[in-house]
Amino acid sequence: MFQDIRLRTLIALAVCLVGLYFLIPSIVPNLPDSLKNLFMKRKIQLGLDLQGGMHLIMEVDSQKAMESTMERFANNLKESLMARKIKFRNVERTGDSLVSLDLSATETRSEFEKILSEQYPDLEVKSSEVVESRERVVLKVKDKRVDELRRAALEQSVETIRNRVDQFGVTEPEIVPQGDNRILIQLPGIKDPKRAVNLIGKTALLEFKLLDEENSLEQAMRGNIPTGDILARGVRLDERTGQRTELYYLLKEKTLLTGQNLEYAQVKISDRFGEPYVAIKFDAQGAKDFDRITSENVGRRLAIVLDGVVHSAPVIKERISGGEAQITGTFTTEEARDLAIVLRAGALPAPVKVLEQRTVGPSLGQDSIDKGIMATLIGFLLVVVFMVVYYRLSGLVANVAVLLNIILILGTMAAFQATLTLPGIAGIILVIGMAVDANVLIFERTREELRTGKTPRAAIDAGYDKAFLTILDSNVTTLLAAMFLFQFGTGPVKGFAVTLSVGIVASMFTAIFVTRIIFDYFAWKRKIKTISI
Amino acid sequence: MEWIKPNINFDFVGKIKIAFSVSLAAILVSILSLIIHGGPNYGIDFAGGTLVQVKFQKGTDADKVRSSLAAIGMGDSVLQEFGARENNEYLIRTAESSDDLKGLSERIEESLSSAFGKGSFEVRRVEVVGPKVGRELAEKGILAMVLAWIAMLAYISWRFEFRYAVGGILALVHDIIITVGVFSVLNKEFTLVIVAALLTIIGYSINDTIVVYDRIRENVRKYPKQALAETINSSINQTLSRTILTSFTVVLVLIALLFFGGAVIFDFSFALLIGVIVGTYSSIFIASPIVLAWERARPAKKRKK
Repeated sequence: MFQDIRLRTLIALAVCLVGLYFLIPSIVPNLPDSLKNLFMKRKIQLGLDLQGGMHLIMEVDSQKAMESTMERFANNLKESLMARKIKFRNVERTGDSLVSLDLSATETRSEFEKILSEQYPDLEVKSSEVVESRERVVLKVKDKRVDELRRAALEQSVETIRNRVDQFGVTEPEIVPQGDNRILIQLPGIKDPKRAVNLIGKTALLEFKLLDEENSLEQAMRGNIPTGDILARGVRLDERTGQRTELYYLLKEKTLLTGQNLEYAQVKISDRFGEPYVAIKFDAQGAKDFDRITSENVGRRLAIVLDGVVHSAPVIKERISGGEAQITGTFTTEEARDLAIVLRAGALPAPVKVLEQRTVGPSLGQDSIDKGIMATLIGFLLVVVFMVVYYRLSGLVANVAVLLNIILILGTMAAFQATLTLPGIAGIILVIGMAVDANVLIFERTREELRTGKTPRAAIDAGYDKAFLTILDSNVTTLLAAMFLFQFGTGPVKGFAVTLSVGIVASMFTAIFVTRIIFDYFAWKRKIKTISI
Repeated sequence: MEWIKPNINFDFVGKIKIAFSVSLAAILVSILSLIIHGGPNYGIDFAGGTLVQVKFQKGTDADKVRSSLAAIGMGDSVLQEFGARENNEYLIRTAESSDDLKGLSERIEESLSSAFGKGSFEVRRVEVVGPKVGRELAEKGILAMVLAWIAMLAYISWRFEFRYAVGGILALVHDIIITVGVFSVLNKEFTLVIVAALLTIIGYSINDTIVVYDRIRENVRKYPKQALAETINSSINQTLSRTILTSFTVVLVLIALLFFGGAVIFDFSFALLIGVIVGTYSSIFIASPIVLAWERARPAKKRKK
């Protein structure tokens, strides 16, 4: 290796200083401003298990997403056909991923196909047959586009959830898609996990539907639901007792308007009873539709349905222009505020389900940090004392290497902004125990060589040279295990794999390269006759 | 200081039969315990379920907690003191994890509030894992372990010989079975971090084994005429000092972790401790003797230089 001690010393010092440089912002929290600019902003991140917070894995219901995509295609198709004056009947979604329609005259087929290829590149004709001079066409999504649509639903969900979380006010949230249909959400320092889950997990599909007042609700509840109708649940709050009771509504299945056309949503408090409600305002298109719907249905009841639950079903007293409406119902102020947030952020393209939720309270996190630091210090002291007792001055040299090793682990983690978790702290402690291994190997070897009567200098050379391959082989295998650990793990376990891997690599440098400099210095320059080993 | 004298020449190879019997017995006990318990005592990470960690402000009777859980139909959930008694901390675990994952922990909280009063306790941790995720995590864990083994098999075959690799891997399998067995006998919970500990044990134990192999390789080159049994035995003896010392320092830090690291990390440290001890034993008594057994069954005609 390098013959020049001075050069090697410089390299060791440089590495050490770089490690310290990256580490300082993480361990000195309140740097004076004049110094702050000297350092990078990079810091070691604390995992959720140390700083407290919530980890969520949500699954987007891909099938539902596909259904609603097809629903949208069906609705748009109607408009496109009407715009081109092509006569048709029965445009509807059939199954999860098909749209079927009847063209009234077979001659319009070619024009229909033109619309399809111009405006709906995602769709293609699956089958068509002529029945009684009408042509029945079934459309499906092109195979290669299915994945893209699914991907789009996932991305839209991520975007919507990010919007909601931003409005909820969480610092440094992490919201990323995972795999085909999952979303990983990390919310550090969250105080009210219950509320956060409700806020994130709500589909927030707002729909306006007419009540079916011609058919009997009683009949429907017995199972005779008229075609074109649905039975929906609602909640009523008794104002005197404050109790909530369930009740049912018979609604027309057709959705007249959705929350997609909202411009804003805001919490307000009613003047009369002081109860909270959500004021909404439609955008231009929504206002126009709302105007038309209300004018056509004066005297009838319009149900405001959120995620399938009827919030209220007021009577339309008169035509409403201007596109403003209120959602009243049974909320607390907090619920009303969260509803406004989800309405503003928009609906999720499909329902999401919580697959995994882990929440650590801030006090437990702080406990873990305190205990982790304590255990590290004690473990470090035990090893350091043992090494000096067993190997005397040489043990001291090994201890320098261990200390440097810790600096390098933390410095590297800061440089890459890696996450430190509780198992990660355990990883550092373990590395302290394992890092001295390289030196134990070298020292034992050196002792063996000394016994054969070699001079200190020759014994040191032989000790390092012969131990080197052993250290390399044994560490490579450990590193292999750590790599698979990283692949396997989630959050805290990944943190462990990171500290372990960095620690192993750093220990090769500190235990072999750095300690050798010290030994060489004494063996060459001071020409020592005996080694304290 | 010198614990292991340089001229030590303990007859490790001569004790192969005893060592194999001991290991076999330990493996049998482990497997038997696993059969009796119906597999490892899977925590919610793998089985799915809900875990709530509560800390009460004053000493609280476990029975009272249990009865308040029974009141909401959760009498079959597992209640466990967490950490030292004076911490007044409990873990509540239930296998239940309906589709509505958010509901359960809230119900537990409400029930405790009405039994002990609001603010008399703090919910410090809530973990809810759906059954689907649990299965996936278990599959991923096993896959990671098997892949790690294959990677090591390949690396050791390349650096040494195939039979050494087989010896090393069998020793690892031995370590893992016994560690899992100890957890099963003590009926300790098998969680995600325990799998992490197992993977670490794999990394540590193979490290130990390689050091011995390395010395065997060196001695085979130095004394090509010597019988393999003798070479292996002297190699184990020559590296014994290092093996013991390194294990000792690792055990030192693990004990620090065990006693001062807190309850959250306790089982993890415990698994590592068992694994390191078993791993050290297997590096001496299992890995190299397997190479020897292989040699006796199918002697290599000409050993590589």
